[in-house]
Amino acid sequence: MQQQATDTVDRSHMTVSDEVAIQITKMNKWYGNFHVLRDIDLTVHRGERIVIAGPSGSGKSTMIRCINRLEEHQAGQIVVDGTELGSDLKNIDKIRSEVGMVFQHFNLFPHLTILENCTLAPIWVRKVPKKEAEATAMHFLEKVKIPEQAHKYPGQLSGGQQQRVAIARSLCMKPRIMLFDEPTSALDPEMIKEVLDTMVSLAEEGMTMLCVTHEMGFAQAVANRVIFMDAGQIVEQNEPKAFFNNPQHERTKLFLSQILGH
Amino acid sequence: MSDTHAQTVAYVRETMVEQKEPPLSQSGAYKWIHENMFSTPLNVILTVVSLFVIWTVLSHVLPWAVMGIWDADSLAQCREIRDQLYGADASVACWAVISERWNQLLFGFYPPELYWRPVLAFVLFLAAIAPVLFASVPRKMLWFSAAAPFVLYWLLWGGSLWGPIAVAAGFALGAVVMRFAAPALGALAGVLLAILVPLLYWFLISGPLAGALNAVIPLELVNVRSNDMGGFMLAMIIGVSGIALSLPLGIVLALGRQSDLFIINKCSVFFIEVIRGVPLIVWLFTASLLLNYFLPPGTNFDLMLRVIIMVTLFSSAYIAEVVRGGLAALPKGQYEAADALGLDYWKSMRLIILPQALKISIPGIVNTFIGLFKDTTLVVFIGLLDPIGLSNAIRASTDWNGIYWELFVFIGLCFFIFCFSMGRYSLFLEKKLRREHR
Repeated sequence: MQQQATDTVDRSHMTVSDEVAIQITKMNKWYGNFHVLRDIDLTVHRGERIVIAGPSGSGKSTMIRCINRLEEHQAGQIVVDGTELGSDLKNIDKIRSEVGMVFQHFNLFPHLTILENCTLAPIWVRKVPKKEAEATAMHFLEKVKIPEQAHKYPGQLSGGQQQRVAIARSLCMKPRIMLFDEPTSALDPEMIKEVLDTMVSLAEEGMTMLCVTHEMGFAQAVANRVIFMDAGQIVEQNEPKAFFNNPQHERTKLFLSQILGH
Repeated sequence: MSDTHAQTVAYVRETMVEQKEPPLSQSGAYKWIHENMFSTPLNVILTVVSLFVIWTVLSHVLPWAVMGIWDADSLAQCREIRDQLYGADASVACWAVISERWNQLLFGFYPPELYWRPVLAFVLFLAAIAPVLFASVPRKMLWFSAAAPFVLYWLLWGGSLWGPIAVAAGFALGAVVMRFAAPALGALAGVLLAILVPLLYWFLISGPLAGALNAVIPLELVNVRSNDMGGFMLAMIIGVSGIALSLPLGIVLALGRQSDLFIINKCSVFFIEVIRGVPLIVWLFTASLLLNYFLPPGTNFDLMLRVIIMVTLFSSAYIAEVVRGGLAALPKGQYEAADALGLDYWKSMRLIILPQALKISIPGIVNTFIGLFKDTTLVVFIGLLDPIGLSNAIRASTDWNGIYWELFVFIGLCFFIFCFSMGRYSLFLEKKLRREHR
């Protein structure tokens, strides 16, 4: 699983620009009295592909969910594409329509067909005409290789297919940034590959990606930065090669020895 | 065994086993009867006993009902006919009470020369709910459904057509304000304005406007007072209005109860708990007696309208709780996915959350509606002549003094038909909306 993608990735379009896509400064978050995120500082440039790893409960999901305000941060600053996330609902909706998100459990809308799932947000948020939205949706469904399922309902698809639809649904909004929250954790091994392949091809086109995952093969092949989190803070970040071959922090070494030990 | 390589431990299947029919004793009517009626000695005994009980009941009830007398003017005449036909001690029904009082049971004391109005209203009502109930009916018919309440009101109560039209114009006004003010002033101010403007219009302008229009082009039907309406017509009017109005109100209350906004949340909870915690009959007495004390002197607020309002409020509290159950049953991921796509609150509710939550709540909602429809019989206690009230009046007349079963069987049967159809429709809808395993 870890080596298969590495050799075939086409890195020609994976260029990182100087433009800042996401700027997080001194972000803190509490659940009640529990300090989940502590002084998070992170700058993401356009075109970067960042993999966030760490033990469960380390706050990695919470951190990326703060970026589109599914979780509220209580201190510090998050600026996405030049718009600051605050309590202003207009800013939140604006950022959400620019930032795509893929969830662990797909979260497709079961009462709508695959095509309707993909066209709903473009039609109602972006005010795209229906015909055009459907054409875009078919384009992205072809890209994730399931155009023939367009008129089925999510319940009739396998987990891997559903997750690819979820990716296509996000792409239909033409987002500038994609967030992945453990996209393969709920899938069978056979299906993980088809989803990872889709994500790799997305990376090859230069999409800015933040990805919480335990797929270290994907991190090595695609990421240009790996972030390791523990206890609500960023413990170590580095290029994948250096991160995997020469981890500095004790906690990182322990984590890598656990996860790569098999 | 040739293709299984039985002698070796390693095993490779060479041909796949085809699907076959199950054995005959495992399918069809034989299997069903055997499994459900005669599978064990105890089951055999229960089957025999049940058949005996069913036979005993039917052997008494069926002759009573089938031999019943349909053609008589009074209970006394009924008995005479019975004595001639079957002998004095035969037990037969006297259905004549229903055929003789048929119109009264349907329309109460509605003027007989105007019976065409409720009949036409009923036909229009069926045409109006068809597109709401069945997706196969052309969607354009929904415009007719939206206009139907005003037309039906005019047909049933009479008066000037301009009155309902002026009231309907208020809704259109609200929609126009919402359409143009909301983008300019923001969602909340837009909604408030869209409520305030029509209210002002209804209180200040709509009355004189209707009067003026009627002076120019009179479109009048003879007035019929609410007091003259009764029977199943009354039950239908109260029941259908209550059902149609309580669903939207209940949904709004359920959303209010889920809301993060403190005041809206607390108001919804207070409303639901107070309405639900007090018996309907108390609310009906409140409507008929107490409300007059609170209204300005001289206002004559139609009793039936007051009852409809109370029944609506009462069942909307139940609907709210049922819908809240549906909202709570949805996985959190659905809310998050809608948020993550940039849908605002109302769009995500309308397009993602409510369609699914309402689908889950269908059995509970229909259950509440059936309860509401049967509860319309409670209005007999505040003096409205619903079917039960009429049956009391009929039994009090000298002609039909002493008759019980026939009227109550008939009324019960009619209610059963209405409620059973609602239940069947609920099942149909659930089946139609099932998406998981198709």
